[in-house]
Amino acid sequence: MDLYQELIIDHSKRPIRMGLREPFDAEVHHVNPTCGDEITLRVDRDGETLTDISYDSLGCSISVASASMLAELLTGEDLDTARHTYAAIRSMLTSKGEDPGDEDVIGDAIALAGVAKYPARVKCALLSWMALAEALAKTGVNLSEESHD
Amino acid sequence: MTVHAPAPIAFGDQERARIRADFPILGRTVRHGHPLIYLDSGATSQKPYAVIDAERDWYERLNAAPHRGAHALSEEGTEAYEAARATVARFIGARPSEIVFTKNATESINLAAYAFSNSAAGGGGRDDRFRLGPGDEIVVTEMEHHANLIPWQELSKRTGATLKWFSVDDDGRLDLSAIDDVITERTKVVAFVHASNVLGTINPVEVIVARAREVGAIVVLDACQSVPHLPVDVTDLGVDLLAFSGHKMLGPMGVGVLWGKPEILEQMPVFLTGGSMIETVSMDGATYAPVPQKFEAGVPNAAQAVGLAAACDYLSNLGMDKVSAHEHALTGILLDGLRERPWTRLIGPDSLENRGGAVSFVVDGVHAHDVGQILDDHGVAVRVGHHCAWPLHRRFRAAATTRASLAPYNTPEEIGAFFAALDTVPGVFGIEV
Repeated sequence: MDLYQELIIDHSKRPIRMGLREPFDAEVHHVNPTCGDEITLRVDRDGETLTDISYDSLGCSISVASASMLAELLTGEDLDTARHTYAAIRSMLTSKGEDPGDEDVIGDAIALAGVAKYPARVKCALLSWMALAEALAKTGVNLSEESHD
Repeated sequence: MTVHAPAPIAFGDQERARIRADFPILGRTVRHGHPLIYLDSGATSQKPYAVIDAERDWYERLNAAPHRGAHALSEEGTEAYEAARATVARFIGARPSEIVFTKNATESINLAAYAFSNSAAGGGGRDDRFRLGPGDEIVVTEMEHHANLIPWQELSKRTGATLKWFSVDDDGRLDLSAIDDVITERTKVVAFVHASNVLGTINPVEVIVARAREVGAIVVLDACQSVPHLPVDVTDLGVDLLAFSGHKMLGPMGVGVLWGKPEILEQMPVFLTGGSMIETVSMDGATYAPVPQKFEAGVPNAAQAVGLAAACDYLSNLGMDKVSAHEHALTGILLDGLRERPWTRLIGPDSLENRGGAVSFVVDGVHAHDVGQILDDHGVAVRVGHHCAWPLHRRFRAAATTRASLAPYNTPEEIGAFFAALDTVPGVFGIEV
């Protein structure tokens, strides 16, 4: 079926930058109460740069792959890129298939486009991104803010 | 591994076809035109025309507030509502006055738990059995649905009573080896599930009731997964209170039942208060109607109660012995099929003895959500997740399981289609089998 793209299976079997690391500025724990999926996510920030995103994820292939893609996309990037990517992912996942996603912006996460057609799974794909937003909020950064450049 | 002889399918080909034709939803297709294979009746069952028609008939012909007013519709509506109560009572071997209609089993159990804490708070009830405080104990089990766990957790918090529980062994049976230490002279309430919604385990009610009787504890039974699937007679069970939902037994959503022994219901303090449940009211206070009305505040869910009675009649016509035998045979096919697939791990008893038709399992290396998604893509509806029994899943070190659950309308062919779809799972996720 088209939901399980090769990229999703690959990321879920070999998640990139998985594991909790030091140092970190903020840590959050998010749970999807309908299925019990969990993620602990840490973020380390140096000014505008996300120096490390580390995580421990227990969940379905969609939620683990999404966390892996997040870590691959945003580690070492600046906050503006993170905001831009976060907005693009959210738009694609909540569009019910209207927004096909832009591979130039969201990289491998384009493979998650099919998830938008399955409302019950959108939460799985968003779990790590919501965790990142909350972790950054703890460091005083609003990921939903419009960038100012 | 328990070996058992294959059980015969209780409903033959023609009878199966007739039953299935009674359920309009079974005729629809899902996801790219697949016929619907509904193996999620443990969550909620599908409804036959008889139930849908009964609810429609209420609104088309009878709709009025029962027990209010003296006009023709109100009288006929009241009659239909009370006739529904009598039908539901007969279905479980009870008297009509012992049946309290609620929204669902969750509300039924909360009604009991809040009645207990209202007693502790000094509200009504002269009976010490309902009054909990520090030093008293409430006993549940590790296999409870959240609906029969959290109300008791909250009751213990409100009253200072201690919550204790029976653990579950590796086969998915209750460990009752220390029953005399778990249920003690301090125990005021024992609340447990008749048939587990995850494991399928049918618990030995008589053993637990016998011990509870020795210490004078009130026994509350969650019968959500037994009343729809087995012949259940409340006098045989010997419990004090029993809860079930209409929507899991071919009835409508929005109606459940709390059954209680007459002396228990009479002594039990009220929970929801307001209209309909009173005898007299002044500005200083009120006296309450006799049971069951004292527990039914507000205009009742009469259309749903009438629908539930139609469901009871439908099941009675099938015969609960045959329903039970049919589902038992299908459960055997499910267990056999899982045993033939060593890449699956059953969570629950691998035996048909004292076992209902909820069959939960994990596929090693594949999350239950992913298993469910692949099955769904073949038109097979199962439940995935923790099935509102999170502590039980922790005990089996499973974040989530996939559950197939049965109803009288399921067929061996559907179980075959379920396994055919399941067999595609390892390939999609690159699991060696």
